[in-house]
Amino acid sequence: MTIAIIDYGMGNLHSVAKAIEHVSPDERVTITRDARAIKGASRVVLPGQGAIRDCMGELERTELTGLVKELLLDASKPLLGICVGQQMLMDKSEENGGVRCLGYMPGRVTRFDDTAVDEQGERLKVPHMGWNRVHQHHMHPLWEGIPTGERFYFVHSYFVRVDDDDHAMGYIDYAGSRAHVATGRDAVFAVQFHPEKSADAGLRLLANFVTWSP
Amino acid sequence: MTLAKRIIPCLDVDRGRVVKGVNFLGIRDAGDPVEVARRYNEQNADEITFLDITASHEARGTTLDMVSRIAGEVFIPLTVGGGIRSCDNIRALLNAGADKVSINTAAVTDPDFVYEAAERFGSQCIVVAIDAKRVSEDDEPPRWEIFTHGGRRPTGLDAVAWSRKMVEYGAGELLVTSMDRDGTREGFDLGVTRAISDAVSVPVIASGGVGNLDHLVAGVKEGGADAVLAASIFHFGEYTIEQAKQHMARHGIEMRL
Repeated sequence: MTIAIIDYGMGNLHSVAKAIEHVSPDERVTITRDARAIKGASRVVLPGQGAIRDCMGELERTELTGLVKELLLDASKPLLGICVGQQMLMDKSEENGGVRCLGYMPGRVTRFDDTAVDEQGERLKVPHMGWNRVHQHHMHPLWEGIPTGERFYFVHSYFVRVDDDDHAMGYIDYAGSRAHVATGRDAVFAVQFHPEKSADAGLRLLANFVTWSP
Repeated sequence: MTLAKRIIPCLDVDRGRVVKGVNFLGIRDAGDPVEVARRYNEQNADEITFLDITASHEARGTTLDMVSRIAGEVFIPLTVGGGIRSCDNIRALLNAGADKVSINTAAVTDPDFVYEAAERFGSQCIVVAIDAKRVSEDDEPPRWEIFTHGGRRPTGLDAVAWSRKMVEYGAGELLVTSMDRDGTREGFDLGVTRAISDAVSVPVIASGGVGNLDHLVAGVKEGGADAVLAASIFHFGEYTIEQAKQHMARHGIEMRL
């Protein structure tokens, strides 16, 4: 079995690869932009880091947009989106003056309000950086063994809001906004946080992904 | 508010070995960074920062190898700082498994480098180190300036204005070190921490001067820091990260326990 991490030039893929190798020593983990290798893999990870315009642009430039759209509709192939890899699944992001995304899940990507303050009157920082509690909204095989309210590591300024409640798997409340930090539909699960950097909880989620048969 | 404040142990690394703290006790002679990172990870550290003090350019490969080995078994964020001057440096570190890089002197000599790095790799992985020293007299309104070269060289830059500029240029986080307090164990300079934290929208890490656990509490509560960085109180085995977290939580600070 091969797990392909799609390398379209954005993001730190090595952390993701190392974490998946750690939880599934028997699988082959490959970082690739080769369409045949990605098609041949049994599972796929769509990472993403930085600005969404660049991520969408690089996906286009590496001629992988069509393939990723195909993969999203393939109900037999589990796909995990991480960080901007989650945001890219929405219709549209308001970042960089508005960027059209892959349109797999109805929803949008907006920015946290950096003028919001907490109960003590302290300003809430943007980017939202650090360990926050993720509340599980719907049951999902990827939550197996992870309690609701568990902390995961985040670093982002923009967040996802899906239109369809069925797609919202987990959320946080930050700076006056509810962010859907875990979303899922069919064989696709996508998270805003970094499971590869979220210690035991993150490794458990990756282990669940590796054994998930949707 | 559920976002936890962070505790970040910091290791000084020279040619791939920990050189400060741990070896003084004789417990770990020239400690292996992988071993130390593993220990802090077990103690529930929220992130780990490495300060690469390797002087020679040739020895940088050892640092990359170290980062790669740590990233293979410690699954929390890793920041590497020290001597980062080019996007190639950053790319090599990120490829080795670092999550963030901390830019110090190069930001002062060439602010555009911060802009370029943030454009290329995203603000989320660009930390700018602010080394500040108080330059005002006791009876004046407090003012801090940026110093480089370990606090020896003044730059004439106002620390608060400089911090704002670095955020405009794309810094995703600021590591604020008081050069007056560094190594004193008298606690953070809460004035400069608060002044910068209030001036910018991005998270601020307080650093320099921690001698006990109350200092960590003050860094967050009075200094307004989002994370606290310390070295010697953890290296010498005085406190574990877990003890520090419990202490902060008892003082009403949201922590990941």
